[in-house]
Amino acid sequence: MSRALLQILLPAAAGAFVIAVWYGIHFYLDEEMRFLLPTPAAVIEALQINSDSLARAAWSTTKGATLGFSLAVVVSSFLALVLSTSPLVRTSLYPYLMALQMTPLPILAPICVIWVGAGLKSVTLLTFVIAFFPLVVNTTQGLISTDRNLVELFRLYRATRWQQLFVLRVPAALPYFFTGLRIAATLSPIGAVVAEMNAGSSAGDGGGLGFQAVIYSSQAKYPALFATAAVTCVLGFILNAAVLYLAWLALRHWHDSYERTDR
Amino acid sequence: MSVMSIVEFRDVAKRFGDGPFVLDRFSFTAHRGDFISLIGPSGCGKSTALRLIAGLSPVTSGALTVEGVPPGANAANLAFVFQEPTLLPWLNVAKNVEIPQQLRGIPAAKRAVTRQRVLDLVRLGEKSAAYPRQLSGGQKMRVSIARALALAPKLLLLDEPFGALDEMTREHLNEELLTIREQEAWTAFFVTHSVAEAVFLANRVLIMAANPGRIHTEVTVDLPYPRTAETRLSRAYHEIVADVSRILRSVQPTAVGGDPNRASR
Repeated sequence: MSRALLQILLPAAAGAFVIAVWYGIHFYLDEEMRFLLPTPAAVIEALQINSDSLARAAWSTTKGATLGFSLAVVVSSFLALVLSTSPLVRTSLYPYLMALQMTPLPILAPICVIWVGAGLKSVTLLTFVIAFFPLVVNTTQGLISTDRNLVELFRLYRATRWQQLFVLRVPAALPYFFTGLRIAATLSPIGAVVAEMNAGSSAGDGGGLGFQAVIYSSQAKYPALFATAAVTCVLGFILNAAVLYLAWLALRHWHDSYERTDR
Repeated sequence: MSVMSIVEFRDVAKRFGDGPFVLDRFSFTAHRGDFISLIGPSGCGKSTALRLIAGLSPVTSGALTVEGVPPGANAANLAFVFQEPTLLPWLNVAKNVEIPQQLRGIPAAKRAVTRQRVLDLVRLGEKSAAYPRQLSGGQKMRVSIARALALAPKLLLLDEPFGALDEMTREHLNEELLTIREQEAWTAFFVTHSVAEAVFLANRVLIMAANPGRIHTEVTVDLPYPRTAETRLSRAYHEIVADVSRILRSVQPTAVGGDPNRASR
C-alpha cells in the first residue's frame, strides 16, 4: 500500500475507533447519566443550532488570540535582542520574566480587568503574557547560540555590530524563533479562552468562546459545551498550521529538520 | 624589515591568561610568495600562530608584523580558511561567496563579477544556486576557499582545511590549490597533520614542537612548481617526506607524555 494512502487511512481508522468507543460509553451509561457524554451526533446538532453565537464567539476569540500572539512576537523579538547583548542583562531580567510566567492567569485576569477593563483588551493582554515567555526564551537562546566559527569569520572581515546582528545572528536564530512560535501558537488560543472565562465581556461582539462556554455550562447545555471545545481546537489547528507554513517557507532550503530522509 | 618579507615574528610568546606558554620565542620571517606548511604535535601552537597573524588574538610579548604593521591593521589583505567550511547554511553558494564583499559594502554588480571568477577558480561555477547542505564535504571546502579568495588577499591562512576529507579528495584539492596559486599571487600559511600534504604544497615546512610551542626545524622543499600528481611519484618528493616524518617522530614523544617527571601524577 502506498505511503500517502496509509497516511490518510490510519488517522481515519483511529478516528472511527474513537467514535465507536465514544458511542459505546454513551450507551453503556445509565440513561439518566448519558448527558455526561453527549453523542457526536448531538454535538454536531448543537453546533448547527448554536452556529450563529459560536461563529461570533470564535471570531472574538480569534481576534484576542491573534492580537495577543502578534504583540508577543513583536515585544519578545525586541526583548530577545536586548537580552542577547550580555549575560549580565540576562541574569538581571530573567527572574522577572519568570515571575510573569509563574503567575497563574486567573490571578492576573482580575488585575488586568482593573487596568484596562473586561473584554478584548484584557484578553489580548493576557494572551500576550501566555505566549510571550516561550518566544523570548527561545529567540534569546537562538541569538546567543551562533556558531563561534561564523562569529570569528565576521570579526575577521571587520563586520560592524549591526552586520553581525542582522546578517549573522538573526538568521541563525530563526530555527529557535520558530520553535518558540509553535509553542506560542498552541498556547495563544488556550490563553485567550481562559482569559475570556476570567476577563471576558459580553459587550461589543458578545464575548469569545471562553465566555460562551461559561454561559453554556451554567445553562447545562452540555452538547453545546462540547461543540465549543471542538471550535476551539479548530482555531488552534489553524494558527498552528499557519506557523508551520511560515517556518517551512523560512527554513526549508537550509535547515536540517527539513532534510528529506528518504532520498 | 625587507621589502620581500610579509610576516615577521620576532621573539613572540603567547599564553592565555595565566596558562602555560602556547608559543615561546617564536621567530620567523615569511617572504612574499612563500607557501609555508606548519606541522607538529597537538598543542604545539600551529593554529595559535595563524590566529595571531590574523589578529584574532593578541601576542603576549615580542613583536609580530604583517606587511610592516601590527596584525589586524590590514584585514583587507588577509583571508582565513577554517577547519570547518564555516558557511552560512541559510545562504546559497553565490551569496556565501559574496559575504566578505557584502560586509565591505561593495555593490552587487561588482560582487557578481568576483563571485563568478572565484567560483570558476574552484570549479563550482555551476553550483552557485545550491545550498551548503546539498554539497559534499569537498565541495563545501572549495566554496570556503572561493570565499577566502573573494577579496583578492595577499596572505592566505589555512587552518587544516582538508583534515576532515578523504585521502583522494584531499590530494585533489591540494593540486587545485596550487593551480589557483599560479593565477593568484598570495602567500600561504597552511596548518596540517599530514606530512605528505605539507611537503606537496609548501616550499618551506616548519616542524614545530610542543610544551611550549616553538619551531623545531625548518625544512626547505626545493621541488619545482607547478607540482602535479606526478610530483607525488618522484623520488625527491619521497625523500623529503621521509625526512620530515623522521624529524616529526623525534619531536612527538614529549607531546605524548614520555616525560618521566609527569608519570608520577
